[in-house]
Amino acid sequence: MSGLLREMIESLREFLERLGSMTRFFGQVLWLSPATFMRFRLVVEQVYNTGALSLVIIMTCGLFVGMVLGLQGHDLLQRFGSEDALGTGAALSPLKELGPVVTALLFAGRAGTALASELGLMRATDQISAMEVMAVDPMRRVVVPRFLGGVIAMPLLTAIFIAVALYGVQLVGVQFLGVDQGQFWSQMRGAVELDDIREGLIKGVVFGIACSLIAVFEGYNAQPTAEGVGRATTRTVVISAVVTLVLDYILTAIML
Amino acid sequence: MRQSRAIDVSTGLFVLLGFAAILFLVTQITNREFSLGGDDSYRIQAQFENVGGLKPGAPVSMAGVTIGRVESIGYDMQLFKAVVTLRIDSRYNDIPNDSDASIFTAGLLGGQYIGISPGGSEDAFRDGDRVEFVQDAIVLENLISKYLFSQASKQEAEPAPQDTTE
Repeated sequence: MSGLLREMIESLREFLERLGSMTRFFGQVLWLSPATFMRFRLVVEQVYNTGALSLVIIMTCGLFVGMVLGLQGHDLLQRFGSEDALGTGAALSPLKELGPVVTALLFAGRAGTALASELGLMRATDQISAMEVMAVDPMRRVVVPRFLGGVIAMPLLTAIFIAVALYGVQLVGVQFLGVDQGQFWSQMRGAVELDDIREGLIKGVVFGIACSLIAVFEGYNAQPTAEGVGRATTRTVVISAVVTLVLDYILTAIML
Repeated sequence: MRQSRAIDVSTGLFVLLGFAAILFLVTQITNREFSLGGDDSYRIQAQFENVGGLKPGAPVSMAGVTIGRVESIGYDMQLFKAVVTLRIDSRYNDIPNDSDASIFTAGLLGGQYIGISPGGSEDAFRDGDRVEFVQDAIVLENLISKYLFSQASKQEAEPAPQDTTE
C-alpha cells in the first residue's frame, strides 16, 4: 500500500517536473523566435513540411466531415420540416468547433509525429550533440524554426479545412439532397458573424502553438534510443489530443 | 537549388490557399454586404420607447426586402427613449420621410428586425433624418400581464351587475 502511494507521488513529481521543463522550454522558444524569424528560409522550409505536406489529408478529411454534417444535419432537420436551416447549423459547427479541433488532431497526427520523430532521431543519432560541438545552437537552428513553421501553418490549415468542409456540406445538402441553394447560403450568412470566424482562427493559432510546442519538446527531449523515439512520438499524439480538447473547452468558455 | 525552389512553390501555393480560404470565410459566409466596397449608405434615426430584443446588425426591411441594418442602439437620457440608428443602403434613397418604423419579430423564435412601411410624403429621408412615426417592440410579458389584469378586473366587476339585475 505504501509502495503504491510512493509510486503515485513519484509519478506526480515526474509530471510536475515535465510541466515545469516544458514551460521553461516554451519561454526559451519564444525568446529565440524573433531572431529565428530573421532567418526566414528555415521557417519557410518548415511551413512546407508541416503545412503544405498536410494539405491533402486536411482537405480530404474536411470534405468528408462536411459531407457527414450535411447528411446528418439534413436528416435531423427534415424531421422538423426545416431543411433550409441546414446552412446555419452546418456552417457554425465546422467554423467554431470541428474545424479547429479536427485540424489540430490531424495536425498532431501528421505533422506533430513527423516533428517529434525527426527531432528524436536527431537526438538518438547524436546530430544534436554534433551541432553543439560545432557551436551551432540546435535550438535556433532546428527547434525554433520547426515550432514557428507549425504555428504559421496551423491557422491556414484550419481555414482551408473549414472552407472545404463548407463545400462538403453544400455538396451533400444542396447538390445531393436538394436543399434550396439560395436559402442555404442566405441562412448561413444570416447566422455567421465575423466574431465566429475570429473565434475559429484564434483557436487555430492557439492549437497550433500548443501542438507544435508539444511535438518539438517531446522530440527534443526524447530518450536517445529507438524505443525513446517511439515513445516520444506516441506521447506527442496523446498529449496533443488531450491538450487540444481541454484548451478547446477553455477557449470556448472565454469567447462565447 | 532546384529542390528548394520546388519547396518554395508548394509553400507559396499552400499559403495562398490558406489566405484564399480565410478571405472566402470572411466575405462569403458572413453578412457584410453593406460594409464592403466603401460606405455606400445613409443613416436615419428612430426613437423607441422599447426596443425589446433588437440588436445592432439586425436587418431593416421594407416589404420584406432587406434595405439596411441597425447600426447602433443608444439611450437618450433627456427623452428616456432608445435611439436606434439605421444605416440604409443608398440604392434606396427615395423613402418618403413620413414612413413609419416598427419593430417586428421574424417567425416564432426568430430575431427582431425593423420594418419600414412607406408613407405618402413627396420628400424622401435624408442622411441624419429622424423617423417621426414609430411602433415599439411587442414584449410578450407585457401582453400577458395586460391580459391577466383585464381578466382579473372582469372577475371583480362581474358580481356587481349581477346584484343590481336581480
